[in-house]
Amino acid sequence: MRVSYKWLREYVDIPVSPEELAERMTMAGVAVENIEYPGKGIEKVVTAKIEKIEPHPDANKLVVCRINTGSEILQVVTGAPNVREGQVILLALVGGEIPGMKITRAKLRGVESFGMLCSAQELGLDPENFPPAQREGILEFPEDTRLGMDARELLGLDDAILELELTPNRADCLSMTGVAREVSAVLGTALKLPEIRVAEIEEAIDGKVTVEIKNPELCGRYVARLVRNVKIGPSPVWMQQRLQAAGVRPISNIVDVTNYVMMEMGQPLHAFDYDKLAQQAIIVRRAREGEKMFSLDNTERELNPDMLVITDPTGPVAIAGVMGGLDTEITGETGSVLIEAAYFKPAGIHRTSKNLALRSESSARFEKGIDINGCLAAADRACQLIQEMGGGRPVKGAVDNFPAPPANPVIRLRPERVALIMGIPVPGEQVRDIMTRLGFGVTEDGSDFMVEVPTRRGDISTEIDLIEEVARLFGYNNIPTTLPEGASTEGRKSEAQVMADTICNLMAECGLNEIITLSFMNPRAFDMLNLPQEHTLRNAVTVQNPLSEEQRVLRTTMLPGILDILSRNTARKNRDLAFFEMGRIFIPEKGLKLPQEKLTLAAAVMGKTRAGWQSAAQEMDFYYLKGVLETLLDTLNIRKYNLVPENREISCHPGRTARVEIGGETLGVIGEIHPNVAENYRLNERVYVMQLDVETLLRFAGGVKQYSPLPRYPAMERDMAIVVSKDIMAGDINRIIRKSAGNLLERISLFDVYQGSQIKEGFKSMGFSLRFQSPERTLTDEEVNVIHQKIQQALKDNFQAELRG
Amino acid sequence: MKDKLEQIKAAALDSIAAAADLDQINEIRVRYLGKKGELTTILRGMGALSAEERPLAGQLANEVRQSIETELGRKTEALKEEEKLGRLQEETIDVTLPGRPFQVGRRHPLIMVLDEIKDIFLGLGFEIAEGPEVELDYYNFEALNFPPDHPARDMQDSFYIDEGILLRTHTSPVQPRLMEKRAPYIPVKAIGPGKVYRRDDDATHSPMFHQVEGFIIDKNISFSDLKGILLIVVRQMFGEDREIRLRPSFFPFTEPSAEVDVSCIMCNGKGCRVCSNTGWLEILGAGMIHPNVLKMSGYDPEEVTGFAFGIGIERVAMLKYGIDDLRLLFDNDKRFLAQF
Ligand SMILES: [Zn+2]
Repeated sequence: MRVSYKWLREYVDIPVSPEELAERMTMAGVAVENIEYPGKGIEKVVTAKIEKIEPHPDANKLVVCRINTGSEILQVVTGAPNVREGQVILLALVGGEIPGMKITRAKLRGVESFGMLCSAQELGLDPENFPPAQREGILEFPEDTRLGMDARELLGLDDAILELELTPNRADCLSMTGVAREVSAVLGTALKLPEIRVAEIEEAIDGKVTVEIKNPELCGRYVARLVRNVKIGPSPVWMQQRLQAAGVRPISNIVDVTNYVMMEMGQPLHAFDYDKLAQQAIIVRRAREGEKMFSLDNTERELNPDMLVITDPTGPVAIAGVMGGLDTEITGETGSVLIEAAYFKPAGIHRTSKNLALRSESSARFEKGIDINGCLAAADRACQLIQEMGGGRPVKGAVDNFPAPPANPVIRLRPERVALIMGIPVPGEQVRDIMTRLGFGVTEDGSDFMVEVPTRRGDISTEIDLIEEVARLFGYNNIPTTLPEGASTEGRKSEAQVMADTICNLMAECGLNEIITLSFMNPRAFDMLNLPQEHTLRNAVTVQNPLSEEQRVLRTTMLPGILDILSRNTARKNRDLAFFEMGRIFIPEKGLKLPQEKLTLAAAVMGKTRAGWQSAAQEMDFYYLKGVLETLLDTLNIRKYNLVPENREISCHPGRTARVEIGGETLGVIGEIHPNVAENYRLNERVYVMQLDVETLLRFAGGVKQYSPLPRYPAMERDMAIVVSKDIMAGDINRIIRKSAGNLLERISLFDVYQGSQIKEGFKSMGFSLRFQSPERTLTDEEVNVIHQKIQQALKDNFQAELRG
Repeated sequence: MKDKLEQIKAAALDSIAAAADLDQINEIRVRYLGKKGELTTILRGMGALSAEERPLAGQLANEVRQSIETELGRKTEALKEEEKLGRLQEETIDVTLPGRPFQVGRRHPLIMVLDEIKDIFLGLGFEIAEGPEVELDYYNFEALNFPPDHPARDMQDSFYIDEGILLRTHTSPVQPRLMEKRAPYIPVKAIGPGKVYRRDDDATHSPMFHQVEGFIIDKNISFSDLKGILLIVVRQMFGEDREIRLRPSFFPFTEPSAEVDVSCIMCNGKGCRVCSNTGWLEILGAGMIHPNVLKMSGYDPEEVTGFAFGIGIERVAMLKYGIDDLRLLFDNDKRFLAQF
């Protein structure tokens, strides 16, 4: 809503500047987003009369004018096409300025010029707001215009336009009088709304118009007034200027009045050519299926029973509250005008304007809710203005079809409740004063107030609404600052929340940067992951109205997100990448309305660690990521888990992938991305990923680690090197060593794995360091040797292992 | 004899003084004090002396031995010290060479802000509540007092999954969800951090972003309490000299409602580009929980009151870290992430 400060001052006393007004209104809840100064950049531009025009001696497109500013005669050279003697124009004087230009003395083709004649465009105005003849050339004004008058004053530009950013509850401020009431309440100054008095002719409306409302659930009131002897012409300059300030283009007197009253009072009006209404009968009803009408914008509109239309007995003449019909439009020939001031229900107008993709100042107001008790006054006001400007003669009386006039709500307001909600008692006198300033009626009932709220404030229906009014006009910043006094509460994270933090912090400590990707994914990503058509991951939650195909479904796996980020970074030549993300995947559940949201940890590495001048870069390979996984599981005190080779994970390398198992459940998968998938994501290096279900992690987390006593007796170390077939897995060897060694074997460390020229084809050598220890005594060489031999024998028996060295 | 001894002493001390390393010291020791050393040899010749001379000569010889040994000892220490100094000198390293690179990852700036906010509220006795991101229309709108035809419920603004199911457009649904679980128990103090979704994607909007919802329900909770809590939070987040300012606003689920501004962290309220010369930065919305919301979730608004607020995390992170482009937060460029 654009509010002219100048216009507003007609309706309410404003003893403060536009800037202070803006501040006060904002702090009371009607936010002023911006102040626009329409006269900005226009200095020393005055009205002047062209006394004489002579040709330019050296240029046939220019003329030399003698111009009277009322105080002096100036010579000005101009090329404007529409100059003529006796014309009153706007002259920018030397030393003045117009938007984007300072005016200086100039010589045009050898002739001196003291100023510049101005067109609308040069003054930063919209030429469309002026008569067609003046759109191209300089502006001209009636010959009796006072000379030497400041252009800003003449054009109504000595103003400030406040742009209101209204919250949806304050539809009452969609009009000048509504804003004036708010300003009066905020500043505590007097309202001076226009007095409405219609000078009517003898003829009465009775029998001239009938109004029938077939669907009162969509139309709560319909007021019609009739104006005879209509003379279509331009509206007065003051009205045009106010409309322009409000952002409305002037058209003709009747249309301008309907718009003006809407801006002034918030009531949208519609004007019909009375003589074109069949049988002079208005019927408000739902449109019939298949009914059609040409709207004012010359478009044929298909209507349906969800839409309310204004009809005459032959068919629709307007789409209620949204747009008028072409057939009954006001034209130059219109002799009588029927003025409609109606109340249409917000929801219906919202649906209709959405369905037709038609939004107007009028539909916007109906949608937000207008004052049902304001219709008649608005129709009267329109008649008054038309009559006053000589645009027509209002017929006596109005047809007012108002099936169920609502009573003003009366709301009990308890002072103790005000004090409780605000946190400070507000004196009764002050409460009463605030209510009165808002124009609400106040009576007392014991210590309570009974407040009668006019229907224009449709946002106020309960006590809390009134308390908000008290609070905002009392001033939020006058309310003290306190702390809640209730019972103290325990602030803590749940175990799961603590552990999720622990996991993410650990991932960062392990060298991975945290990323956040969108929860959406492109269904095409399933193809990029090489998933077959029937794969369960393809069963994703679909977004009905995504912004793009890339955001069509909710992710069922974290992989596409993290692979996209690797891909994006690679494209930007960022190398050596290590990322993790913890977020939810969304798995549709049969029989449940909402999908299962599973918190999931994903990590990916690619490239090398950073090299230093004394340390070589380390390949971030499977074992790097596995090291991260082991550290994570150790931190969460999870000891019993297995990595099982997994060749059915379609997006992963069949020989370089493992399922992580705990207690018979799958925790997740770790492995290398399948080269085909890597290629799909334009990743030209090996990529290792890991995806774990956080809930499973939490369920198996071992809780607080328990201390085990430090050994009191020395340990004995034995190294052992064996040669086995290269297909035998370290995990299996480990298990056999443990099994055969018994509980004196304290630790096994694998320190070397070698395949190559020293070892026969198809075999590998593995070096283990075994550490034996007893909590009760010092072990002897002999007993360790015995165990050692048992181990060796077991390895021979199980894997045909050969001892080396 | 005596002269001889003096000569030996003088010669020995001279050569000790001249010795350049421990090897030479050893040589000197052997030459004078060894079994075949000069002093030993002389002492062996003492038999030729008279009985009166012998003790004197013996004493003198001992003195000479003593001073040679003392001097040898002193010189040995000095040489050792010198050698050590030399070694330390040689061991000098270039301390300006870079250290060994540790590969340390960084938490995402949005997560760090979320963590900080969680910590502040934990300290104030709030619990952390969670709710689904795919939410029922009931919790996202209806239970929060949005009328059925509220514009926010338009397909324009929300991502719909199905009839009555959508991606939550704010973290506020954690309010009715937790209230339903707790009612009529008081007090309830909780925050609900998380991801939210709106159909907007441009330079200043991401279709997914983060909020922290917070609320208290108890007897006698007032608007002044809301101001008190917010002031604490803002000062912990942005510094002790921050001020807050509340402007009346409108949300369906709170009344009275407010937009909360903090005095600009860049210019301290003097006015700058970041705050559009107002001196204030809008950082959160808040208000007293609407009686309808309390009622729908099982509380009697005559018995208890509450306040609620919602903070946009992206905005806070951008202010805090001086990030001028929202899109960087979801771009996940390594060069950006590694800065935190
Ligand atoms: Zn600033």
